[in-house]
Amino acid sequence: MIVILNGGEVELAGAATLLSLLEGRGISPEVVVAELNGHIVPGSDFGTTALNDGDHLEVLRFVGGG
Amino acid sequence: MTNDIFEIGGRKLTSRLFTGTGKYSDDGVIPDVCEASGSEVITVALRRVDLESSTGNVMDFIPKHMQLLPNTSGARTADEAVRIARLARAMGCGDWIKIEVISDNRYLLPDGYGTAKATEILAKEGFVVLPYINADLYVAKDLVNAGAAAVMPLGAPIGTNRGLMTREMIRILIEEIDLPVIVDAGIGRPSEACEAMEMGADACLVNTAIATANDPVLMAKAFGRAVKAGREAFLAGPGATKRHADASSPLTGFLGGL
Repeated sequence: MIVILNGGEVELAGAATLLSLLEGRGISPEVVVAELNGHIVPGSDFGTTALNDGDHLEVLRFVGGG
Repeated sequence: MTNDIFEIGGRKLTSRLFTGTGKYSDDGVIPDVCEASGSEVITVALRRVDLESSTGNVMDFIPKHMQLLPNTSGARTADEAVRIARLARAMGCGDWIKIEVISDNRYLLPDGYGTAKATEILAKEGFVVLPYINADLYVAKDLVNAGAAAVMPLGAPIGTNRGLMTREMIRILIEEIDLPVIVDAGIGRPSEACEAMEMGADACLVNTAIATANDPVLMAKAFGRAVKAGREAFLAGPGATKRHADASSPLTGFLGGL
């Protein structure tokens, strides 16, 4: 299946959760916030949030700014 | 001076200097900047995770006692600012949010209408909203009505280090607006932060001037002292200015001629 992650297409081999996608890409789930199809996903739900074909996922983090 | 507490959103602050985390050549200097400045409030931004390269986490460098003030930089509309604010809160770092709604890329001047709209929505959701605005009385009044916790007028365009170009308008906000006035953006030198505080501003937010100094830690210390000095001068109440000389020494009792 294909999900749109931060504006780009990502192909996932089988069933995936938000947590498995992050971990597979070396992204520490503790330091990010996620929005799936326009809805914020609480960090505690990353492991139980299944991804589906065509999902739009935004994953953000804090960076330096003023 | 020990009772000169500054309170925003229920949090008591002893420092009136807010600092930022942008533009440091090495984020590792941030803890020393925080300590040298005495700042208790620090800004961060929210961005997409870079999927191609892993970068350091700015949060690792922010001392735990500090109040985090995420901004909505990158938002071009009220809706985008609201979205960013909600995401920032979902990070679990509290309710404070600095609203920036900007669609002008050359001067990065804030959109007052969009800012007020976002502020109204977020204040109702329990955010402590600190909006970045032009030094405009009517926008500031809208923000009071919208439930802002403070107003943050610019001294000069973001990152320019040009100082208090809007000083007369800021003076009007200080006089007319019954919310903390925090001068944000454009302050380039400690003397300018000091002047803002002497005028009666409640606080200053400084990022670029510290982060791009040759010695950011020393500059942070200078800003911390300048803001404190300006605040003390304001509380002390400066004497009147006069057009002609007014001798400080008595004009009688001179020595007689030889």
